[in-house]
Amino acid sequence: MSSYSITEPSSLQKWLAGTLVVAYAVITLLPLVWILTTGFKSPVDAIAYPPKILFEPSLEGYVNLFTTRTRVAPETLEALPPPATWYEEVVRNRDMVIAGPSRYGERFLNSVIIGFGSTFLSVFLGTLAAYAFSRFKVPLKDDLLFFILSTRMMPPIAVAIPIFLMFRTLGLSDTHLGMILLYTAVNISLAVWLLKGFMDEIPREYEEAALIDGYTRFQAFYKVVLPQAATGIASTAIFCLIFSWNEYAFAVLLTSGTAQTAPPFIPTIIGVGGQDWPAVAAGATLFLVPVMVFTILLRKHLLRGITFGAVRK
Amino acid sequence: MSDTPIDRVAKATPPSVASKIRGLSDRAIAWLFVLPTIFLLLAVNIFPLIWTINLSFTNFRANRPNREVDYIGLRNYERILTDEDIWLTMQATAHFLFWTIFFQVLIGFTLAWLINRKFKGNDLWTTLIVLPMMLSPAVVGNFWTFLYQPQIGLFNYGISFLTGIDPSSFQMIGDVTLAPWSIVIVDTWMWTPFVMLICLAGLRSIPDYIYEAAEIDRASQWRQFWTITIPMVLPFLMLAVLFRGIENFKMFDLVVQLTGGGPGSITELTSINLKREAFEKWRTGYASAYAIILFVTVFGLASIYVKALNKVKER
Repeated sequence: MSSYSITEPSSLQKWLAGTLVVAYAVITLLPLVWILTTGFKSPVDAIAYPPKILFEPSLEGYVNLFTTRTRVAPETLEALPPPATWYEEVVRNRDMVIAGPSRYGERFLNSVIIGFGSTFLSVFLGTLAAYAFSRFKVPLKDDLLFFILSTRMMPPIAVAIPIFLMFRTLGLSDTHLGMILLYTAVNISLAVWLLKGFMDEIPREYEEAALIDGYTRFQAFYKVVLPQAATGIASTAIFCLIFSWNEYAFAVLLTSGTAQTAPPFIPTIIGVGGQDWPAVAAGATLFLVPVMVFTILLRKHLLRGITFGAVRK
Repeated sequence: MSDTPIDRVAKATPPSVASKIRGLSDRAIAWLFVLPTIFLLLAVNIFPLIWTINLSFTNFRANRPNREVDYIGLRNYERILTDEDIWLTMQATAHFLFWTIFFQVLIGFTLAWLINRKFKGNDLWTTLIVLPMMLSPAVVGNFWTFLYQPQIGLFNYGISFLTGIDPSSFQMIGDVTLAPWSIVIVDTWMWTPFVMLICLAGLRSIPDYIYEAAEIDRASQWRQFWTITIPMVLPFLMLAVLFRGIENFKMFDLVVQLTGGGPGSITELTSINLKREAFEKWRTGYASAYAIILFVTVFGLASIYVKALNKVKER
């Protein structure tokens, strides 16, 4: 690269482009900022007109997210001993008492279990398959690879009908294992395609040298290839995790209680007369922030993951 | 969770067998590595597909599993292809597909072109712009119903702030003419960054020397844009359109949370319509035929498109 290039945009051009992009970014981030702030608004502030930008922060949304509450008569409320904790006090101020924990914690935990379980399985199987596709002559290789990709073209609802029947027969409906297997099957196409791309980039000479040194294929695979592919494996894993984390269609059709994940649950958080928006926003915040953090950490590998490895740069 | 079938096989394998595996031929290792994946895909993708094809010729209802099942030939297919409601659904899907792709390509390409001016801090802003598409469509879609509320919603307030229209005078989700646009807006908001990222990769793949040569030939900026930039980015842009096309043809989560297909069935896209037939009306046989028709449509359109894409790439 030369220090001066005739194709370098002028500083006016840069300034103008920068301003427009920043303006777009600010507008596009507003809905997300609104989710974050609504979680800390009191129910009254959340539905104020005009929409409040400055407000007194409140943790009521988060308290409502994690508890179920019942309304009690004022005289019963007065007869109760003084609130022992700050969150009890928040609830008492609304003439209510805490009846118990909400299901949000469980649903969030389900998302974690199913997300990590299916990610582990798809990356494990995907790494093996990708290595084989990358290094060996597999009969019908291109057909198999295309077959793996084409499984992604089915609308989830179309696959859901027989899966629903199959899970019912096998007793996998509404179980963690069922959801892990299902998400693994969906994710594995992405995992194989991405990982094959990463493995193709590792020079074959490394393994060949190891084989000459007396390593078996297996040893060469896990002592030479795996460490080289570590970054690729890690970023593939995060993409699989984000997919399982965000998935909704299968989750809403195939789970109802025990194994329900957070995405079908969050929209059902209701308060008095409709959705309890501060609680919904609080639930959404806790659910979305980990993905935002991963996105920022992963920004260099982003493109490859979301395009199935079709765009490498 | 840790006790998957694979783990159990691994534990049950005695050491002598394990040492034999280590000495396996490359060919055996290749199969050993590929088969679990193929098996899983067969079990969770292909077997269900075959089952769906089989069901599509029957009048089976999943809510009455004990009732006798009759094979009724192609009646389901005939009924779907002559049903006018399904054509309305297809029209809603086509409207959604066309406009989301139109806006996403327009805005996405413009943004990529601007970011490629390489202003200071462009990396940071690119990352921030990408955030919406990484998030759960169902959770975000649900929150958009709040933003779309008349009076208190941020979207309506923003529109009234900019245009002076009374914020409570229009309902994005409840209105028959506005609802189809409400889903286009949210999808565009969410997925424009995707098109932007792919265009950006395209723009960055154009080597500087081409522009330098054009500059020496005194080609105008405008001419450079149309004869160098656009043709070189086109394959990337077409790839982005393919990905968005397939994804939006399958669209379910975002729209189901936003409008639920309403008002009436104005925004009932094919996936939502299919869900209704399969899991609310429980017409399993009929819905299976519907699913097959959709799959063949996506597959057919995608194959034609990929051929066109390859031609553009060859040029």
